[in-house]
Amino acid sequence: MMLQRIAESDFFYHYRRSATAIVSSFLLFFIVFVALLGPLLTPQDPYALSNLHLANAYKPPAWLPGGELRFLLGTDQQGRDILSAIVYGSRVSLFIALLGVLLSSTLGILIGLLAGYVGGRLEAAIMRFADIQLSFPSMLIALFLMTTFGRSVVNIIITLTLIGWVRYARIVRGETLSVRKKEYIEASRVIGYSDIHIMFREVLPNVLNSVIVLSTIQIGTFILLEATLSFLGLGVPATKPTLGMLCSEGFSVLYSGLWWVSFFPGLYIVFIVFAINLFGDFLRDQLNPRLR
Amino acid sequence: MAGVLLIVSAIVFFVTSVIGNPVYNMLPERAPPEQVEQVKKMLGLDKPLYVQYFIFLRNALRGDFGRSYTHHQPALKLIFSRFPATIEIVVVAMLLTVMGGIAGGVYAGAYPNRKLSKTIMGFSILGISLPSFWIGMVFIFFLSVRLGWFPVSGRGEVGVLLGIRTSLATLDGWKHVLLPSVTLAVINIATIIRLVRAGMMETMRQEYIKFARAKGVGERDLLFKHALKNIMIPVVTIFGLQLGELIAFTTITETIYAWPGMGKLLIDSINNLDRPIVSAYLLFVSVLFVVINFVVDILYTWIDPRVEL
Repeated sequence: MMLQRIAESDFFYHYRRSATAIVSSFLLFFIVFVALLGPLLTPQDPYALSNLHLANAYKPPAWLPGGELRFLLGTDQQGRDILSAIVYGSRVSLFIALLGVLLSSTLGILIGLLAGYVGGRLEAAIMRFADIQLSFPSMLIALFLMTTFGRSVVNIIITLTLIGWVRYARIVRGETLSVRKKEYIEASRVIGYSDIHIMFREVLPNVLNSVIVLSTIQIGTFILLEATLSFLGLGVPATKPTLGMLCSEGFSVLYSGLWWVSFFPGLYIVFIVFAINLFGDFLRDQLNPRLR
Repeated sequence: MAGVLLIVSAIVFFVTSVIGNPVYNMLPERAPPEQVEQVKKMLGLDKPLYVQYFIFLRNALRGDFGRSYTHHQPALKLIFSRFPATIEIVVVAMLLTVMGGIAGGVYAGAYPNRKLSKTIMGFSILGISLPSFWIGMVFIFFLSVRLGWFPVSGRGEVGVLLGIRTSLATLDGWKHVLLPSVTLAVINIATIIRLVRAGMMETMRQEYIKFARAKGVGERDLLFKHALKNIMIPVVTIFGLQLGELIAFTTITETIYAWPGMGKLLIDSINNLDRPIVSAYLLFVSVLFVVINFVVDILYTWIDPRVEL
């Protein structure tokens, strides 16, 4: 019955008629598929040292002279297969971004609900702080925090959470304010529901649409942010290379003409973020026309 | 405004003081403990943290952030000396953003169904999906290394223009400036296009636009005088934010192009644990942002006289 409800829904109607939506969800499906099953598909485990032979180093992509078919996108200075490294790297990149979005949205929703529902001084203080934070570019805050925390996967996720919560808190608080005055909220209060119940069961479902739209875009933003930090050497440690880290390693050999070492990992970042943004655009138009 | 800076200064101070102990960076690995103590005293690191903060604040107000551990020069002076180079690429990037973003956005918003508009929008989604370091690498490799159209890195010849020493005064300087600026601008152009388009689409549906059209206002005046003027408030807000964003992203662009600006200085200082420079940079940039926000607020009243400060 669930399937039937989905099939008859307004959302699905628009989904089927939107080429962007279908194409982008196909791309996203591919990305998730590669990330989940990656290790089974790649020709080489790029981080098992026994697989690396210096004889295989500096191989260009397969279609260029000197390229080999078993290294489709070429190899780096250690003889590591770039394609395999990309697949492994995308897993770490996606993991970091998804967890970052999950944590920052949870934190932001809680703070936003609290501020919007309770109001008063607490709200003023929280929103003042949020405004100050928002007036600084997130890139700069991230640089600052990562410098302090030191590079590690956990620290990046913490940094993303500390950066991301603000947008959620602002949206959720704004919508909570407008929902709070509605009759059905008053009705639930009259029935005797607790504040917690009203906040999570009556208010939250009504602000969820915006949260979903924002989360989609945030995944893309976080992937880019993590990649940039890792590129600057302030992100993940060398033992857990993400796509950005691969670019950073490839940059050091760019001038010697090994463009493929950094080009393809970056291209895959573009591919992932592009797919996410395309889908996010469709979601925004459907779920929240006001955000346009 | 002063409140914001006070909060920022406290955060910057307490957080940077957690970053690794600079004493060990300055001394050989097996330095005797007495020497460690001596250096600590010299840097004032032996006092309690809150006392250090007040000393930091008092000195900061005088523009004294201490000497760089690596360059042995006053930190703020060092930043000021790198500032013009950064401003060069930021200004050029901002010009590109204004031209590209507004033209593209107005067109795509006024004629949303045309082929060109769809292409513009496609490119703008692609634009916001690009990591700026990757754009830089692609430019360097294909345009500089392979085709040799542009210099690979660094700042060009510096000339004098209107009494200011800038590389924008020479042809060689422009050759060096162009790639970093375009790299910096791409994402911004994409963002501005999307914003201007959304505003235009909403405005074009309004009655007064239909009326202006009916009374025979030319298409160009209609778009730029009637429609665009009314969406300037959100556009100016975003420009203010983007300017901050541009300054933050110079850290990456300058690192890739080895551009001797303050962004590269920051990254180098972070890697060297050069605390005075990091804190001086952050506070300097904060002051810059506060000033930008203030200017944006003033612009509001100029664009829309109904707004009161």
